[in-house]
Amino acid sequence: MKNASTPLGRFWAEFRENRVAVVALAVVVLLMLLALFAAFVSPQNPYDMANLSLMDSRRPPGFVGSGGYTHLLGTDPQGRDLLSAIFYGLRISIQIGLAAGIVSLSLGTTLGILAAYVGGRVETLIMRAVDLQLSFPAILLALVIVALLGQGKAQLIGALVAAQYAYFARTAYGAAKAERGKDYIEAALATPMSGRLVVLRHLLPNCTPPLIVVATVQIANSISLEATLSFLGLGLPVTEPSLGMLISNGFPYMMSGRYWISFYPGVALIILIVAINLVGDQIRDQFNPRLRK
Amino acid sequence: MLGFIIQRFLQAIVVMAVMSVIVFCGVYAIGNPIDIVIPPEATQEIREAAIRRLGLDLPLYKQYFIFMANLLQGDLGRSFVYNVPVLELIGGRLPATLELVLISVISATVLGVSLGVYAGYRPESWISKTIMGVSVLGFSVPSFWVGLILILFFAVHLGWLPAGGRGETVEIWGVAWSFPTLDGLSHIVLPAVNLALFKLAMMIRLARAGTREIMLTDTIKFARAAGISEGTILRRHLLKLISIPILTVFGLELGSTLAFAVVTETIFSWPGVGKLIIDSIGVLDRPVMVAYLILVAFLFVTINFVIDLVFALIDPRVRQGATS
Repeated sequence: MKNASTPLGRFWAEFRENRVAVVALAVVVLLMLLALFAAFVSPQNPYDMANLSLMDSRRPPGFVGSGGYTHLLGTDPQGRDLLSAIFYGLRISIQIGLAAGIVSLSLGTTLGILAAYVGGRVETLIMRAVDLQLSFPAILLALVIVALLGQGKAQLIGALVAAQYAYFARTAYGAAKAERGKDYIEAALATPMSGRLVVLRHLLPNCTPPLIVVATVQIANSISLEATLSFLGLGLPVTEPSLGMLISNGFPYMMSGRYWISFYPGVALIILIVAINLVGDQIRDQFNPRLRK
Repeated sequence: MLGFIIQRFLQAIVVMAVMSVIVFCGVYAIGNPIDIVIPPEATQEIREAAIRRLGLDLPLYKQYFIFMANLLQGDLGRSFVYNVPVLELIGGRLPATLELVLISVISATVLGVSLGVYAGYRPESWISKTIMGVSVLGFSVPSFWVGLILILFFAVHLGWLPAGGRGETVEIWGVAWSFPTLDGLSHIVLPAVNLALFKLAMMIRLARAGTREIMLTDTIKFARAAGISEGTILRRHLLKLISIPILTVFGLELGSTLAFAVVTETIFSWPGVGKLIIDSIGVLDRPVMVAYLILVAFLFVTINFVIDLVFALIDPRVRQGATS
């Protein structure tokens, strides 16, 4: 191993030993590339109404449509090529999952570390609010917020953040509280270094491992939550269908045996979520000192 | 013990009060419900009369106090859409949801604990590995999609079970229930399985982790040395020791399943509270939303309170720790 001496190199060397996790990581990267280059790999632009023909709607997989090419996974009720719709849907799902994950990570970490570092009333106030929220199911919270804010990407991300930041706050608080009592922080505080610098340079970096683990799990969760909300008709507008919306669109046709409209987007969604979770599991195991040999 | 109960009870009341403020302000601060209450062609006078009648012209804190005063008298307001008391509306739908939730959570717990104990007792056997593999899927796969697949396979493809509705119901003390009839039972199966899968996965993991830990302790070693049979050890000692975390999760899951029933009820057109809340959110029927959320919060607080009490009964350390 050429760079096994750096921490990242050592991490990767250990990660590589778990075949399942490596495959899962490859799948995540592949799906992200497909999402990123959806415009180039899709046979059709599913958002361009001029491209769609109702003549092609609800056709089974393998149907050759008016565009002259084969719809490998069939078409949806609007006559969209499902494969293309899935690529574009992946893009939206990943976008929303990442955005919600990153915003909740920043917000939650800030609150958690603030509570642990400042202590006193601030600590009580923040952590009571967080605990109260954690006792409430995330899906309900997201449901109500999205209903009140209305449809749209920003609103949806806001609802997901509101439903999930508390997990990050709890994790960051736990880690920061434990680190705060250690000697190196006391030593750093005794130097003329400002409190802000101590938090940023010393406290925060030592709180990152558990936060990375929670972040992977929560990104998978936000993707799943977004799909659920879209399925319930509370997610994104119909013009830009996410995976959940595609599944929802196909639901009424399922009873008549046209399974593919709901089925394939669901398979794509599950592959994405399971792959992210498997990668997250491996990272968690690697960070867990109790499993160290 | 009494001090412990009073202390926890006061805590529960404070939490409930805070929740009611958050829910009320959250739902009432945004959006204007007046548009759904009166027709768009109504004159300005009718509009203003409606606003006054619903108390929407008052400042938010006054609305809240009126709401709380009514709430304490058991009046949660009237639905803007159906124009019937919210309590009546939710009460009429609650049995359907309770029936579904209880059947799912209880069967998930019984099955999950059995499978989990087995997987923890014989961690190397292939059956255990299969059980754990399936439980990972139960965690990852979004439950609404599982619901669709259940319908696709069992209702559409095989035609064995109905895809939606409650089926034939029986009235017991004036409340309609599905489970006593064969037709009703066949309607419950799919939504109950759908709702139970996630809990099942969770119970399996919990029971397995507990079993693996406890099988290595001295308690079990001495019990074996005393010549007690393996079956008795499992039943008497192991189950008793893993019951505390399982009981906690059981209680908490009861509440969260109630919330998650929203999704399952929508898929299987199960006429419970979850379906009602989705419909109410769609039309911004505030009183129903507020009442539902406060009800869920109340259930959560009550469940937590009961769990604390049961803990104190099972585990003397808990009640001593709290009073000293």
